[in-house]
Amino acid sequence: MATAVVPKSKIQQSLALYQSSIGKKYVVAITGALLFAFTVGHMLGNLQIYLPNAEEALISYAKLLRTSMEVLWVIRIGLLTAFVLHIVTIAQLYNLNRSARPQAYVKKTPTVSTFASRTMYVSGPILFFFVLYHIAHLTIGNVHPNYQEMNPYRNLVWGFRQPLAAGFYIVAMSMLGAHLTHGVWSMFQSVGFNHPRYTPLIRSFATTAAAVISLGNISIPVCVLLGIIGKDVV
Amino acid sequence: MKLTLNVWRQTGPTAPGKMVRYEMPDVNPDMSFLEMLDVLNEGLIQKGDSPIVFEHDCREGICGSCGFMIDGKAHGGFPKTTVCQLHMRHYKDGDELFLEPWRATAFPIVKDLMVNRSAFDRIIQAGGFISVPTGSAVDGNAIAIPKSNSDRAMDAAQCIGCGACVASCPNASASLFTGAKIAHLNLLPQGQPEKLDRALHMVTTMNEEMFGSCTNLRECEATCPKGISIENIAIMNRHFVEASFAHRPTASEAGAG
Repeated sequence: MATAVVPKSKIQQSLALYQSSIGKKYVVAITGALLFAFTVGHMLGNLQIYLPNAEEALISYAKLLRTSMEVLWVIRIGLLTAFVLHIVTIAQLYNLNRSARPQAYVKKTPTVSTFASRTMYVSGPILFFFVLYHIAHLTIGNVHPNYQEMNPYRNLVWGFRQPLAAGFYIVAMSMLGAHLTHGVWSMFQSVGFNHPRYTPLIRSFATTAAAVISLGNISIPVCVLLGIIGKDVV
Repeated sequence: MKLTLNVWRQTGPTAPGKMVRYEMPDVNPDMSFLEMLDVLNEGLIQKGDSPIVFEHDCREGICGSCGFMIDGKAHGGFPKTTVCQLHMRHYKDGDELFLEPWRATAFPIVKDLMVNRSAFDRIIQAGGFISVPTGSAVDGNAIAIPKSNSDRAMDAAQCIGCGACVASCPNASASLFTGAKIAHLNLLPQGQPEKLDRALHMVTTMNEEMFGSCTNLRECEATCPKGISIENIAIMNRHFVEASFAHRPTASEAGAG
């Protein structure tokens, strides 16, 4: 029979907090919040492609981000840590949840849960591979057909003229939208914020933010494929 | 009306189980679901087969004994309804239904549709109580409780421990049950002395009993026969983390305690 064990030392206490499923959910929620903030910023940066002089704007934006490489690396390492913690923690919870029900139901019918919320374990791994590909494609440029250092505009247009690459971006950004519709409201619930007055607003905010980020990013490869963006690139 | 039932038959906790098909040629729409199973069992007994085992007691929807999955939904998935209060008029002539026990590591199957929910009892033993002084009862009105707190505590206290939350959760999480039991006492003045220990001990026991973690899908809230809100899970999460940080050794440092 199981009995509750109260942790003795401070280290044991912090470990017990992380070992508990609730502590893990806090980690997923807080790292998720950081990654969400990053997707907002990244999308706003991307949308500069619609400015009148997009090539200039994007080059100066790239220079702005690299004002201090030290600061940039601190942010990159911070994001990488959040990214790794988010995935490792949820993978541990995934294993726990699978072992909590080893024998599946013959028939199981979902009632109120959304399709997006039930498929976080699908959208998540796709996004993981997307991030790896995206860094190799447009940051490092080693899987890019025609990579030019410090010219995001041309790299983007050349990159998205390949329908397969553009297609993967569109699929991945749809997955990001689905992931965020559940994740953005869910992080509030996980850290213990649920209030009849605010939770409906948070849910609407999550859906809206997910749609804006997802569609804002999808519009770029679509516009390149349609020839709206990149007329000046030959 | 005519019904076809596919019922999970399993002779014991370690025996392999399987779905068995039963034809019900004449079901009265006024029967409750359990009465319909009683009729089926009468027939099985007359034929010399073993009856389908299912748990039941009050048949008024208040004891929390009954419950199984009907067509993949806990208690059949009707709002605020236990399976004993579910009537056959909700089904159509010719329907085919699938009946399965709650499935979770923490709820081993006893037989057929009956599971062992002792894990819930152990969560309650870990902290689902308050300490009261002996002697004459305190004047009830002497303790001021904000109306909204007493309402929320009473809503949480409605939990009958049937296990539908665990059964309907894709992760077999007991967060709604544990959250309701913690919130019920932690929202009231009488629950304050043990507030943090309660959160710490009940959550720790919940984890040790091998329930899954909450992924905020809200399936539990939708199938709970008492309509308990996942706001209680948020309360549990807050109080557990607060307890994890605030917990201190039992002996006071100056030795006066």
